[in-house]
Amino acid sequence: MTSVGAVVRDPGSSIKNKTGSWRTFKPTLDKEKCIDCGNCILFCPEGCITKDYDIDYDYCKGCGICAEECPVKAIKMERE
Amino acid sequence: MEIPEKELLAPGHRACAGCGATIGVRLALKMLGENTVAVSATGCLEVITTPYPETSWKIPWIHVAFENAGAVASGVERALKAQGKDDVTVVAFAGDGGTADIGLQSLSGAMERGHNLIYICYDNEAYMNTGVQRSGATPYGASTTTTPHGEESFGENKPKKNIPMIMAAHGVPYVATASISYPEDFMMKVQKAKEVEGPAYIHLHQPCTTGWGYDSSKTIELGRLAVETGSWLLYEIVEGEFKITYRPLERKPVNVYLEAQKRFKHLADAEKEKIQNYVDEICAELKI
Repeated sequence: MTSVGAVVRDPGSSIKNKTGSWRTFKPTLDKEKCIDCGNCILFCPEGCITKDYDIDYDYCKGCGICAEECPVKAIKMERE
Repeated sequence: MEIPEKELLAPGHRACAGCGATIGVRLALKMLGENTVAVSATGCLEVITTPYPETSWKIPWIHVAFENAGAVASGVERALKAQGKDDVTVVAFAGDGGTADIGLQSLSGAMERGHNLIYICYDNEAYMNTGVQRSGATPYGASTTTTPHGEESFGENKPKKNIPMIMAAHGVPYVATASISYPEDFMMKVQKAKEVEGPAYIHLHQPCTTGWGYDSSKTIELGRLAVETGSWLLYEIVEGEFKITYRPLERKPVNVYLEAQKRFKHLADAEKEKIQNYVDEICAELKI
């Protein structure tokens, strides 16, 4: 088939671009304090917090929404 | 409410840190599922998720011009139907510029013809991708690069165009407003839009750190303040039946919302009062 326009055949291929390098402030989660509410997972613009609450620093841009929305303040933002 | 784990928008996209649009799309795709075809008008979302030759989308996705997301989504829906693929969901994502201004005619046509599709407008209240120019959805008083405040102007001097009500006037089976800060309310609406036979329209309010001027960590907080002050309303219109889906326990003064953003910082008390009166009027009518 002749293609008109730009076709990308590799779904989700933006993972090649590690946006973690943009980060100035790094979130760290204290799992002892975590109450498993899921707010940080739901509100992460990158979708880079797993169901086990592991933050993927390859993509985390350090926006700080997770820390802001954590009801028990279990996430700290620290300058890298 | 059971929220599917699977992410259908991959990270690595070029959205600003703290972007509200990507949160909205992530949540919507969770409910729509893998058996979905997405259409995007030109705008932030298109630019940030598909820097050629990469894409963040894990479902079939097509970018079309600013003005024809409604038309292309209609065509995709009909083509799938012709192939007997009735189980595929068709969704269009467009910003407020692509919806309220440039894409309004094709959206109106799609709604009028009754295609079985979902149109989600992610509304950040200006043309953010090109550098914060005002759109029809920019609220009264906001300073943008084309409505800058100064000695001669207090910013945007017209009220926000009421697109959800224009869509409701088409008589479509489902119209809703939503906010990324109320994810369960939004996702429930996406689910309903998916189940409905015929066109569904969801107007999603999403704060923009760059264009509104606030710290990237406050995206959700700003969306919440918009709703808690009555500046943004959460409702749905099912088969013509209007229903408020969330009422703030105690409505906060609009000042707390306005003062948290750079785009409203310049407003004099007289303008703020005007905005408060405008909000009060609407909320009184809706008993919020």
